[in-house]
Amino acid sequence: MKQPIFVSAVVNFLLVAVAAITLFPLLWMLSVSLMAPGEASNYPPPLLPAHPTLTNYRELFAHAGMGRYLANSFGLATAATVISLTFNVMAGYAFAKLRFAGRERLFRVLLASLVIPAQVAMLPLFLMLKYLGLVNTYGGVIVPALAGIFGIFLVRQYALTIPDDLLEAARIDGAGEWRIFAVIVLPVLKPILVTLAIFTFLATWNDFMWPLIVLTDKDLYTLPVALAALSREHVQDNEMMMAGSVVTVLPVLLLFLVLQRYYIQGLLLGSVKG
Amino acid sequence: MRIRPKKPINVYENSQRRYISIALILASVLLISCQSQQPQQEIIKFWTIGAEGDAVIKLLPEFERQHPGVHVDVQQIPLTAALEKLLTGVAGNATPDISQLGNTWLPELVMLHALEPLDTRIAASNQVRPDDYFSGIWDTNVIDAQVYGVPWYVDTRLLFYRRDLLAQAGINTPPQNWQEWRASLIAVKALVGPQRYSILLPLNEFEPLLALAIQQDEPLLRDGDRYGNFRSAGFKRALGFYVEMFHNTWAPTMTNTQIANVWNEFGRGFFSYYISGPWNIGEFQRRLPPEQQKTWMTAPLPGPNGPGAGLAGGSSLVIFQNSKHKELAWQLIEFLSDPAIQLRFHTDTGDLPPRRSTWTDPALNSDEYAHAFRDQLERLKPTPKVPEWESIAQQIRLVAERAVHGDVTIDQAAELLDRHTDEILEKRRWILERGARP
Amino acid sequence: MKVERAAWCFVAPALLVIGVFFFVPVIAAFGASLTDFDLYALADIRNLRFVGFANYQRLLQLPEFWDALGHTLYFVVAGVPVSILASLTAALLLNSKLARCKPFFRTALFAPVVTTVVAMAVIWNYLFHTRYGWVNYALSGIGVHPIDWLGDPHWAMPTIILFAVWKNFGYNMIIFIAGLQSIPEDLYEAARIDGASYWQQFRFITWPCLAPTLLLVSMLTMAGYFQLFAEPYVMTQGGPLQSTVSVLYFMYDEGFKWWRVGSASAVAFLLFLLMFIVASVQLWLGRSEGKP
Repeated sequence: MKQPIFVSAVVNFLLVAVAAITLFPLLWMLSVSLMAPGEASNYPPPLLPAHPTLTNYRELFAHAGMGRYLANSFGLATAATVISLTFNVMAGYAFAKLRFAGRERLFRVLLASLVIPAQVAMLPLFLMLKYLGLVNTYGGVIVPALAGIFGIFLVRQYALTIPDDLLEAARIDGAGEWRIFAVIVLPVLKPILVTLAIFTFLATWNDFMWPLIVLTDKDLYTLPVALAALSREHVQDNEMMMAGSVVTVLPVLLLFLVLQRYYIQGLLLGSVKG
Repeated sequence: MRIRPKKPINVYENSQRRYISIALILASVLLISCQSQQPQQEIIKFWTIGAEGDAVIKLLPEFERQHPGVHVDVQQIPLTAALEKLLTGVAGNATPDISQLGNTWLPELVMLHALEPLDTRIAASNQVRPDDYFSGIWDTNVIDAQVYGVPWYVDTRLLFYRRDLLAQAGINTPPQNWQEWRASLIAVKALVGPQRYSILLPLNEFEPLLALAIQQDEPLLRDGDRYGNFRSAGFKRALGFYVEMFHNTWAPTMTNTQIANVWNEFGRGFFSYYISGPWNIGEFQRRLPPEQQKTWMTAPLPGPNGPGAGLAGGSSLVIFQNSKHKELAWQLIEFLSDPAIQLRFHTDTGDLPPRRSTWTDPALNSDEYAHAFRDQLERLKPTPKVPEWESIAQQIRLVAERAVHGDVTIDQAAELLDRHTDEILEKRRWILERGARP
Repeated sequence: MKVERAAWCFVAPALLVIGVFFFVPVIAAFGASLTDFDLYALADIRNLRFVGFANYQRLLQLPEFWDALGHTLYFVVAGVPVSILASLTAALLLNSKLARCKPFFRTALFAPVVTTVVAMAVIWNYLFHTRYGWVNYALSGIGVHPIDWLGDPHWAMPTIILFAVWKNFGYNMIIFIAGLQSIPEDLYEAARIDGASYWQQFRFITWPCLAPTLLLVSMLTMAGYFQLFAEPYVMTQGGPLQSTVSVLYFMYDEGFKWWRVGSASAVAFLLFLLMFIVASVQLWLGRSEGKP
């Protein structure tokens, strides 16, 4: 067949072009972050730094408190992931495999409420947290992340594949529900656990609107909120802003690169079956 | 199917390891968060808005020297997000100890019982003496006969003008009243022709019209600030004059985003009059070439019958009710109110000091551009002290824009504005009628 | 039953959290939308009044609300098809048997999805800078005058649409790839034997088989795009001249700047209602088309 070579070239060329357009902003961000202050505001705009320097990063971490924000983001994302994972795995398994009254109806209600956008709840939730004394605290940021209906759904989908006989046999052998959960179920669920952990970590790390509302003290800011505040203050400092973006984006990008198999798997599981 | 014996051991190890590592991470996070707080130090949280934060940070080491064991933690909020952050902070019980506050925002925060009344502290203070402050600006901090803030810097709007172009049009002194002003606008327009203008009034700013309206004898709201008073002769006169400037092509029908660079345009004579504030003294000095510095000057805003009242803008320093360091916060206010410190602050920011004694210093006294401001500062009038004022100001702008575009006549505009304002104030009236304190 | 009791223990934490931190606020929001909760009420709860549907009525007559709605609809109507087109094209390219280094390309094309909107919006701001931005520089190479992307009311929303498409097309691309891979190879074989061209194969095999995936993707994308907020907040602050104020941005201002909580809650529910109607229509259209 004569066509393949030509068509193949076209296809691959297009792929390269699309990839180039997609990656250009990210690579440019990296490049500008290593430029000297003011270097990027030139015409024609430079592509690569003349003398790569870490000044912007030093400035960010020494004077703008970036280390603090990085620690906040990391701590909060981890905490939210651990707690919500625990809750969601237990609930997802129960909805899949443990019979209790009203199980199906309750699950349908939960599923239906996925339609409601989270922003509807934002204002009353804020006022509720004020009465609980959680405004401007780490707890206040984590709280909405724990209500993860999607997570329960994912886990349930996966848990449905566990054969009932396995569980029954364990019960007959005298094992309690908790032991069954810990010993049999959790290992089987490991892939979905990793996937859900990545999802939750990413979502919490990238969350912007809620931390923006709940946090007033800059010491508690997460990276996205800090970056937004910095960008309104330092409109002229392109290079420092780019460095800030790199710090915000690099950790999750690395996480994704290492664990992309699980992430994509989970994405498909959640949407195609849905 | 049987339980495979190997798995249990691995699972427990894995989860143990996982939990331990997570615990370590959380612990390190907590550690980092604790590290920044030095023990035995009292920390005052100070919120600043916009550029003033940078200047204040430079002044603070001296304050901390005078008060050992005290550290002032400055948090800079961008201007565009300031009101939200403040209100959200109050709503969420997450306020700082002391904050910079635009003085038109005081009524809102006072209504929310967020601010500490300062009367007793002021009475006992040697530093903060009310009679040294310009009375108009001091008045903006008095709500229901109690003082809630101390003015930090003052801002008013007056005329920046091209005296060389005015001279070419035959006008050698700036106008003192509306009649003279009108005559000069006609003369300048005749000089510059159809492509250029006498005055720039950006349509998306409400301050120029408000500046004209505040000069009138009639107040903007009536009946204890329950109803709009825009159908009064005074406001209609102000609105009429404002709209006249557009209809006679003395002013271009443009917003400030349509002017590429307002300083360049002033420099090239696109307009000869510009109603603006003190920050532009520094801006024009920086952005116009040296040979052009003699061509522009400032003058107090002409009123209907002579020098007019001015808008009382600026920022105050306030202490929050929930603060645990009110005494220290007050000492910080006293520190920043010291005329010597105010002078240094002025040099850094270009903001004008609110105290007469600071103005006697040669640095300000000899600044010829600042003279007009010193003059107008004695005639400041606050805008109505209702929490809804910001909404009403927005309505003024929207209705004025419609009048400029010819959608409504002056009378219709005044009626429309009154109707909208009455709607906005409806809840305030309901609360006042109930006898409750709003 | 022992199992039942254990089951409740398993679901209790999650249900408690969802109930308290999601359902209760949602119901409270609906309640608030029927009152005139504002700063006065925040100061003293006795200043609260029940107003029925007055908030909804006021909003439906407010030009600013309709403007926000218009901008959001513009974003959705223009953005969703472009986004789907981009994702589908990328998926077709990546799924093609002729493509090489697939894992690399898949990662590269998906990368923007994992990044934070705020960080990327900051970059976009500089890339589209009128004077120093790369886009205007590249365009000047083909003789196009510099465009004030984020300062011109006509160009601001298209710039944001472009940004949203760039950031999210990878997500839908993955879903499309899965959909494409589930189409049986024999169908294509049979078509090739019958002499069908590539375009005919696409029209008669690929497109119909992708229909459920297309429906899913368009519903997900549309739901996401209706919730436009972070991009205008970071890139344009709703400007220039309010041309990028979306419904959620309007709600944020109503709620957290003006503290008209009753009104803001009504906005949220109106948005929800709109999204629900649109989603239902999509589903109904999808189902009815699916029937042969």
